[in-house]
Amino acid sequence: MEMKAVVSCTGLMLLFAWLSPSQALYFHIGETEKKCFIEEIPDETMVIGRYRTQLWDKQAGSFLPSAPGLGMHVEIKDPDAKIILSRQYGSDGRFTFTSHTPGEHQICLHSNSTKMALFAGGKLRVHLEIQVGEHTNNYPEIAAKDKLTELQLRVRQLLDQVEQIQKEQNYQRYREERFRMTSESTNQRVLWWSIAQTIILIITGIWQMRHLKSFFEAKKLV
Amino acid sequence: MLFWFLLLCVQLMLGWIRASELTFELPDNAKQCFYEDISIGTKCTLEFQVVTGGHYDVDCRLEDPDGTVLYKEMKKQYDSFTFTASRNGTFKFCFSNEFSTFTHKTVYFDFQVGDDPPLFPNENGVTALTQMESACVSIHEALKSVIDYQTHFRLRETQGRSRAEDLNTRVAFWSIGEAFILLVVSISQVLLLRSFFSDKKTTTTRVGS
Repeated sequence: MEMKAVVSCTGLMLLFAWLSPSQALYFHIGETEKKCFIEEIPDETMVIGRYRTQLWDKQAGSFLPSAPGLGMHVEIKDPDAKIILSRQYGSDGRFTFTSHTPGEHQICLHSNSTKMALFAGGKLRVHLEIQVGEHTNNYPEIAAKDKLTELQLRVRQLLDQVEQIQKEQNYQRYREERFRMTSESTNQRVLWWSIAQTIILIITGIWQMRHLKSFFEAKKLV
Repeated sequence: MLFWFLLLCVQLMLGWIRASELTFELPDNAKQCFYEDISIGTKCTLEFQVVTGGHYDVDCRLEDPDGTVLYKEMKKQYDSFTFTASRNGTFKFCFSNEFSTFTHKTVYFDFQVGDDPPLFPNENGVTALTQMESACVSIHEALKSVIDYQTHFRLRETQGRSRAEDLNTRVAFWSIGEAFILLVVSISQVLLLRSFFSDKKTTTTRVGS
């Protein structure tokens, strides 16, 4: 009896977790427009995105509660511009990915409307919510699964937060290294190119004088 | 078990954590607006920072459901604005890069609505916490501000790093371009000078005047 209640509770919670955001931030995009968001994250970080779309109804002059027949194409690129997720979802969807390299990941959304950009006058309202790292953890679910007391759950939350801080600091060290390498490369480039340009200047100057001297000698002007 | 079920019910009623943090690219001459439905009396915070692009500035404007402008700043690099919703409805905030002709900007914003939902809501509402629990709560708040500082530090560091990478490529292109121009100019100087003297027979009167 208790097991059934726990299972049904967990099931309900999971179902709720799957439901699209009803009260999240929203914005408008054109029917064929592509909207991209950047997430700069350390490696081994989980990202969950949830969206819900509404289509503009010209006759009613308002937004329909959903976008019938219109899906959204979600494309996620990693820092090396390699596509790690490229999938079509329905008008409401949930996508998830875990980063394997630290850096700027790009999440792009566009509707799969087949109309040409000129004729697609429709507007879409997209409700979007992106959760990164420790915000993806669903604590009541974890508490139910591992049977934690209140104090244990709070400590678990603190542990997750500290883990995220550690990952971010590691990423910071990696970024600082890249910055340092870029600065040193610039330094080297400035040095070598200045030397090269000075040499080219001197050589062309000498060549000019010698060439003109031999030219004027040939013309019997000198 | 009844406790778990009640916990679930409260969780369902509370809804999602309402903090939206997004980074997006704002092309030149463009404006991007975001909307959120907020209920009366909720304390909200909007924080934004320009990550890359031009002079790292953007126009920001926040309006309440009546259209009253609550916050309006032009060409700001970073700001944080807290307000309490005076009425129910859709609040709108817009970022504009319309003053810029060719630099596109990357803008980060963090819109926090209300407080985070309590981790372990009690059936009777807020009850007294034990010493351990209140210590955990204060550590949690401190860690949240650490994470927030880290995010802002990361954004400032991204600014510096992308400038340095830009400089690196620019130095390479300019050096190659300059060396090429140097060669072209010196060769054409010599050729031009030669052309002055090569038509000596027909242009003797013109040369030297």
